[in-house]
Amino acid sequence: MAIHAGDEIVYSGKLYTARDQAHKRLAEAITKGKKLPLDLKGKIIYYCGPTKTPKGAVIGSCGPTTSSRMDVFTPLLLKAGLKGMIGKGSRSQEVRLAIKKYKAVYYLTFAGCGALLARYVKKKRLVAYPELGPEAIYELEVSDFPLIVAIDAKGRSIYKGK
Amino acid sequence: MREIEAESVRSIIAELAQEANFALRKDVLAALGAALKRETNVQARKILSAIIENADIANNDRLALCQDTGLPVVFVEIGQDVHISGGSLVRAINQGIQRGYTRGYLRNSIIKQPLFRGRPEFSPAIIHTEIISGEKLKLTVLPKGFGCENKSQVKMFNPTAGIEEIRKFIIGVVKNAGPDACPPFVVGVGIGGTQDYACLLAKKALLRKIVSRPSSITPCISRIEESLLKDINRLNIGPMGLGGKATCLGVTIETYPTHIAGLPVAVNISCHALRSARKVF
Repeated sequence: MAIHAGDEIVYSGKLYTARDQAHKRLAEAITKGKKLPLDLKGKIIYYCGPTKTPKGAVIGSCGPTTSSRMDVFTPLLLKAGLKGMIGKGSRSQEVRLAIKKYKAVYYLTFAGCGALLARYVKKKRLVAYPELGPEAIYELEVSDFPLIVAIDAKGRSIYKGK
Repeated sequence: MREIEAESVRSIIAELAQEANFALRKDVLAALGAALKRETNVQARKILSAIIENADIANNDRLALCQDTGLPVVFVEIGQDVHISGGSLVRAINQGIQRGYTRGYLRNSIIKQPLFRGRPEFSPAIIHTEIISGEKLKLTVLPKGFGCENKSQVKMFNPTAGIEEIRKFIIGVVKNAGPDACPPFVVGVGIGGTQDYACLLAKKALLRKIVSRPSSITPCISRIEESLLKDINRLNIGPMGLGGKATCLGVTIETYPTHIAGLPVAVNISCHALRSARKVF
């Protein structure tokens, strides 16, 4: 089933958190031909740096951060097999074209709603870069996580003119 | 002379840091409710409802409203007849932030060295101190998220610039913030002073209740606020930038005398999670 820009869907499965510093490191590793701490093939990255996890909770507040800051690294990650990204806000023209080229999808989720989104996260596991604190890569298992398709695999965007 | 223990400051700041991050300001919540009532765009309504539900969950679960618990900005108004005993005021504030952020399971988003980054920590805060008359100590914590802080701007206008030029600049800053900075926004504007002071005024403007301004004091400024709010809400940016009437919840302008040669204007954008908590003692 093809998904179109503008579709509202829910996702159940695995996501990997990564934001600014993790992107910088992943991109450096790809450029230098080093082994990645996470095989990006078929994966979905969530631009998210959660708060500390309260006692007894799975995760803290965990909404999306601004996607455009990741734009410079994204085409490289897509080339390495990344299939999806979740964040907030618009993307560069270059990213949109790379999404089309590699048949990936860029999704939005409710921005500034980290407490609400925490309810959809069932498991959390550290994958890489613990020294980055909230910017470490975590594997999240989510159930019915709400998404809006912002750029589909054909490069169509929900944002006008982009 | 009134003595206030540094430990009182520490514990108040710790409480305010958590309060601000868990409980959305009542004026902001009311403005979101009003925006939902006005909104006709189906998707925008859904997003506004999620934002209101998020505030409810955060408050009930004592969970941060947003994972970006901000760079804490602390406004200190200290009476000239107050003496802080038992330690440094600045240290007490930073320790209070550290305590509040740790106990509240908030986020360690602060890195010591801006160029070389490093391990994120909870503090230090940005501290703005103002000496006032009397024996009161007034503390305000504003955790400022950086998605919106990144979109803030300042411009030094010619003193002959007209109000239309200034309005155009302010609206331009909002357009540029677009879908990235978590609309619906609150737009704080600082006009006058020096370049740095205009920025501080813009930040302070975010502390004012967004619903009403005593229009009898500065009717011409409140008219500009109202007309800016109207124009910004015609931009059709909408919640999350996906269109709708709710682009802005409020515009607040603070002014200060300035130099004959200049007219600084600063715009500080806040996301819809405009958080601040205040205590007077």
